[in-house]
Amino acid sequence: MTAAGTAAPDRAAAPDAGVDRAPLARRRRNRMLVQVACLAITAFMAAPMYLITLAAFSTRESLNAFPKSFAPADVSTETLRSFLGATGVVPSFLNSLVVGLLTLVLSVAIGTPAGYALARHVFAGRDAYQLFLLFTRALPIVVLSVPLARFFITAGLSDTVLAVALLHTALALPTTVLITASIFTAVPRDLEEAALVFGCTRASAFRQVVAPLALPGIAAASLFTFVLSWNEVLGAAVLTLTNRTLPAQVLGSLQWSPLPYRFAGGFALLVPALIFIFVMRRYLLNMWGTTLR
Amino acid sequence: MAEVEISQLHKTYPGGGRPATRDVSLTVADGEFMVLLGPSGCGKTTLLRMIAGLELPDRGSVRIGGRDVTYRAPRERNLSMVFQSYAVFPHKKVADNIGFGLAMRKADRAVIQDKIAWAAGLLQLEDYLDRYPSQLSGGQRQRVAVARAIVMEPDVLLMDEPLSNLDALLRLQFRAELKKLLTDLGTTCVYVTHDQVEALSLGERVAVMKDGEIVQCGPPMEVYDSPASEFIGGFIGSPPMNFLDATLRRDGGEAVIEVAGQRSAAPGSWAAFAEGPVRIGVRAETITAHRAERSGALRAVTEVAEPLGSTTLVTAVLGEQRIKVQVPPDFPVGAGDDLWLDLRADRLSCYERDTGRVLVSDR
Ligand SMILES: Nc1ncnc2c1ncn2[C@@H]1O[C@H](COP(=O)(O)OP(=O)(O)OP(=O)(O)O)[C@@H](O)[C@H]1O
Ligand SMILES: [Mg+2]
Repeated sequence: MTAAGTAAPDRAAAPDAGVDRAPLARRRRNRMLVQVACLAITAFMAAPMYLITLAAFSTRESLNAFPKSFAPADVSTETLRSFLGATGVVPSFLNSLVVGLLTLVLSVAIGTPAGYALARHVFAGRDAYQLFLLFTRALPIVVLSVPLARFFITAGLSDTVLAVALLHTALALPTTVLITASIFTAVPRDLEEAALVFGCTRASAFRQVVAPLALPGIAAASLFTFVLSWNEVLGAAVLTLTNRTLPAQVLGSLQWSPLPYRFAGGFALLVPALIFIFVMRRYLLNMWGTTLR
Repeated sequence: MAEVEISQLHKTYPGGGRPATRDVSLTVADGEFMVLLGPSGCGKTTLLRMIAGLELPDRGSVRIGGRDVTYRAPRERNLSMVFQSYAVFPHKKVADNIGFGLAMRKADRAVIQDKIAWAAGLLQLEDYLDRYPSQLSGGQRQRVAVARAIVMEPDVLLMDEPLSNLDALLRLQFRAELKKLLTDLGTTCVYVTHDQVEALSLGERVAVMKDGEIVQCGPPMEVYDSPASEFIGGFIGSPPMNFLDATLRRDGGEAVIEVAGQRSAAPGSWAAFAEGPVRIGVRAETITAHRAERSGALRAVTEVAEPLGSTTLVTAVLGEQRIKVQVPPDFPVGAGDDLWLDLRADRLSCYERDTGRVLVSDR
């Protein structure tokens, strides 16, 4: 966005004669390369989003037309309306939302204390525990979901939103624990001790001092969890039949659905995740800015 | 306000081989300003944290105001603490930082406001009450930490190297302010530092620590003038105390010391010590130097003279040994000049050659 194109200032023969400008040029060139790389990656990410959005707002005719134009030709909400009108879409959308939030709440409620313990206490098997957490991610969801489906059937939870949320919580927990652990490590211990000295119990010290300082990081972790749950499709598809989440619903009807439906589905999946990220943006920036100290 | 009684406090950190404190006992009287002084890693912070309740001892006891608090939570001890890193809460404004402890006690809002105003006035923080700590300079943050500690009206105030993060000038200024403030408040105070100047200037008593033990505890001038061991003499004072290999002899009932083949008078009380090799401790500023020969003075050769402004520090060679002598700034001396050094007998200390422990006579 910046710098890359600024022209070199007019150099009068003067104070900096004899200064070696090669490092400066190198530095400028490197900075430009970084900018270019950033742009390329952004384009790589944004292009599919743009195309999906474009397709979702096109009429059937222009979708089938060839060659396609990259500028919006005839904006219409017809495709989206028909998608939203299709059976099961609105309920599955709500299901996805519920699953995502439930996953978020559960994984933060369970993962944060674990992360805190990892950050603040030295206990036997701490390193092994950390490694073990990562191992759980090594199991593919497909492998997990079949026995889980059986288990949920016996537990009477099969085909419920709760079952999917539990699966997603299990999937998200390792990252939640490890991320929150690093966040708590970044909150200086002194601050917590100061709170203890000035009249807090351990619990109120956490509430008064640690939690506010860790909040941006925890928000980022929960954002990650939500998006993970929102996008997870395999497990959700295996565990549910009628109570599908949106990705599972779209995936399930992919084969027999028309092209516009697919694009509209893609768009519907995209938007909530983007909105969520947008809302959490402040906390993310805080985290990587300078909230602590 | 209350007295602090530590007895036989012993602590080994899990995984740490050596104990961080070894059976330390210390009594700080009500209203006294006690300084814990020692080199890095000697266990000062550990001791302070055990008083605060942030660390639990393996054995021993801590009593505050006659009440046993050894295993009580920090908040049950009615003490407050100034942390080395200040530990002001970055997410709270200065006013809320100062009032934090009172708010936790659920004090009346009006009372809290009064106290904040009082402490802010005392520490010149009125203009900053609405700021966040990140918008303050190091010295201002320091003052916030002190203000937060004093509004609690604690029985005991603990301070862990509170001045160590300040630059030299600010430290000097703040040291004087702190001393005045704490004298006015009259709170019992335990102050940790590894800076001997700070210890001497602030403390009513100084406890010198080494390897987890208190090796000497007394008023600053006593610790300075008669260090209990060579370690203390070498640690306290700038320049450190001179230590000379010498031989103690008795000459017709009078004690004399013999350094590099020359004799000098010793305190009369030393006649009680056994004759033989000892170490003599002498402060640079207690030695009087002369350019002309004098009886009873030791002859030495100037090696280097360093003018320090208010005095000149001369390093001289006495036989094989180096000795630092403080002379007036206008004293005419240069490298290679002969000097006659008058050791004032009453300001000498005598140490065992092999243990470095002070020899005392029961005068
Ligand atoms: N949390 C800990 N775990 C293990 N060992 C520790 C811990 N804290 C301190 N120690 C050890 O205990 C000893 C005393 O440490 P302490 O922090 O009390 O020293 P100190 O006198 O405050 O030093 P400094 O002036 O450098 O702050 C040191 O040898 C240190 O390595
Ligand atoms: Mg320390």
